[in-house]
Amino acid sequence: MSILRLDRVTKKYKDHVAVDEVSFEVEQGSIFGMLGPNGAGKTTTIRIITTIIGPDSGQVYFQGEALNKTHPSRMGYLPEERGLYKKMKVGAHLIYLAQLKGLSVADATRKCKEMLARFEALDWWNKKVEELSKGMQQKIQFIATIVHDPVLLILDEPFTGLDPINSIMIQDEIFRLRDKGVTIIFSTHRMEQVEEMCENIILINQGKNILEGNVKEIRNKFKEHLYKVEYGGTLPQQFANGMELIRKEDHTATFRIINHGSPNELLQYLINSGCQIYAFKEILPSINEIFIRQVKGISHE
Amino acid sequence: MNNKMWIVAKREYLTRVQRKSFILVTLLTPIGIALFSVLVGFIMNEGSKSDQRVLIHDDTGIIRQMAENDKDFPYEFSSKDLKVLIEEYRQMGYDLLVHVPALKDSAATYLSASYYGEEKPSLMLLESIESHLGDQIQTYRMRKSNIDQSLLDSFWADINLENGAMDPNNISESAASGKLNIILGTALGGLMGFLMYLVIFIYGSMVMRSVMEEKLSRIVEVMVSSVRPINLMLGKLIGVGGVGLTQLAFWAILIPTLLTIVYAFLPGVDSAQLSNVGNVTQVDEQSLDAFSAQQIIQAIFNLKWWLILPVFILFFLGGYFIYSSMFAAMGSAIGEDMGEGQQLMIPIVIIVMIAFYMLFPVLTNPNGNLAIFASLFPLFSPIIMPARLAFDPPWWQIILSIVLMLSTVWFFIWLTSRIYRVGILMYGKKATIREMIKWLRYSE
Repeated sequence: MSILRLDRVTKKYKDHVAVDEVSFEVEQGSIFGMLGPNGAGKTTTIRIITTIIGPDSGQVYFQGEALNKTHPSRMGYLPEERGLYKKMKVGAHLIYLAQLKGLSVADATRKCKEMLARFEALDWWNKKVEELSKGMQQKIQFIATIVHDPVLLILDEPFTGLDPINSIMIQDEIFRLRDKGVTIIFSTHRMEQVEEMCENIILINQGKNILEGNVKEIRNKFKEHLYKVEYGGTLPQQFANGMELIRKEDHTATFRIINHGSPNELLQYLINSGCQIYAFKEILPSINEIFIRQVKGISHE
Repeated sequence: MNNKMWIVAKREYLTRVQRKSFILVTLLTPIGIALFSVLVGFIMNEGSKSDQRVLIHDDTGIIRQMAENDKDFPYEFSSKDLKVLIEEYRQMGYDLLVHVPALKDSAATYLSASYYGEEKPSLMLLESIESHLGDQIQTYRMRKSNIDQSLLDSFWADINLENGAMDPNNISESAASGKLNIILGTALGGLMGFLMYLVIFIYGSMVMRSVMEEKLSRIVEVMVSSVRPINLMLGKLIGVGGVGLTQLAFWAILIPTLLTIVYAFLPGVDSAQLSNVGNVTQVDEQSLDAFSAQQIIQAIFNLKWWLILPVFILFFLGGYFIYSSMFAAMGSAIGEDMGEGQQLMIPIVIIVMIAFYMLFPVLTNPNGNLAIFASLFPLFSPIIMPARLAFDPPWWQIILSIVLMLSTVWFFIWLTSRIYRVGILMYGKKATIREMIKWLRYSE
């Protein structure tokens, strides 16, 4: 079941089209990656979903209903550019943001304390925001985003400024929320995290949706039939039709199989020619490579 | 929804009111005004009193004779030879030596005298010496002609336009529209207009500053995901406006209390100095001298406070919302630098300054065409109408002015919130007025 569906959403500004007929669906309980270079229209798309701005045309459906102003209270949005009131105390600040999400003061206080305890930060309660490091402030912002138990979480570059330990802490929390059924839209430039965390992605460039789908399927779709072989002994000088040696260094070779050749044939050929095979693996393109290739409009095929 | 606006307003109000700087300004301003008024009074009194010692060599013989009976005569005499005195007056401890030659004939009305001094004396000192000396001769001549001072005083005629009836059928109203009331009305009107002008700048720029800070620190990005921009803006306006009302309420109580205490306990400071402090009120102390303190207090109580105060607060809020909503919109339009706010403020500052300078002609002619126009035109009325209130403007003008002002508040909040909601999320260059007009048309 999809929790969010965009149908040909368009937003124009005075001299450019920020979002151009973008359509996609996000499955309930999944982690959905939204990728694109700077200025591609990701932030505008997110602002439309969170009703901060309205689309010029197109429709957005949230939990099956046409998007309206009551829906954002069920969403949590961590913007890429984010700040806190420097002079406020952490506890008071969290309660304030939670109240604005519709929690009562009592509920907000209880939830905020719970959250801070889980993030090992309860002793910050009476500290002023300006006394915290940037990473600590990020954590506070993350807590503020999830404190009202949203069903849809939109995280724009949630890991910037976090050290590896805190990154893992936030990442685990994202997985924990996903397992509880929360849907997460995840916007980032860090592709290795997209591969690691997202099931589905959309790639936006210049306001247009240029690629969309399951991460594994996309990598398969863009594969170049490359195989990596670790071997002992020497490689044969010549190869059968359909096998092409791309690279060879220190007993690791990369082959491309073309014209309907199969990996089994390659493996058989190598074994027959007297090589010792230690490892044999298909190389799928990383999302990063696909991203760069798509954005630049360059394809090897 | 509106609930969120109040949550924002509450935070805006509480964080400001709890700040040390707010408490200090609220308490120290009245103390500062009290000290300032004492200081100004002291300077006015003491500064004009000359500490120069003056010695008089009197050849008429009349002045010295008469001065012996005048306790207030401030100078001393010496009958030593003039040439000796010219050599010695400084050793004797005097700063100025005045030589009055003998009268050519007993009826002379003009006498040329001379003075000797190390430094040039001030004009005030010279005039003071001239009048003191002249007074003695005048008194002498009056006594010689058997004219008594009380007889002379009985010739005096003092006409005072104390009672005015604006309504010929209602004479009882006359006491309330007499001259004293007009003096007080002018003072109060000037004070209220000036206060409005200050308030618009103090709290308007407070709103602008806070909008700019929230934009530059990207707090708005977090805020707008849970609060609609118009509620964020309104919450801020209400919160800061509340701070303004709180501060004014404290001042309204503390300033008169402190001034009363100061004048009651400090000797030699009299109430006429109040007008030195509030020169903006255009009331000079001479016009108040004609009335006793009791009359003044009575007249102050007789003012229609039940009307003036609520209407003043209404105009305070109206003016505050009109101008601070403009300040908020301008604050949202800056680029990456707080300093750009100054430039964007200029158009607003010009409008407020025009209104402020209209205050003076309006107080001179509080029911003239300019006064009527300015107190109805919504960008000026918050400053001008409170100034006219003490002059009993017609009811229809007050009501029309309020209606026009409230509609303008409504319109400006609609207009500025449309600029604000776009501005707070735009980064890069400072927006121009033309761009802001384009923002008005963006779909919500």
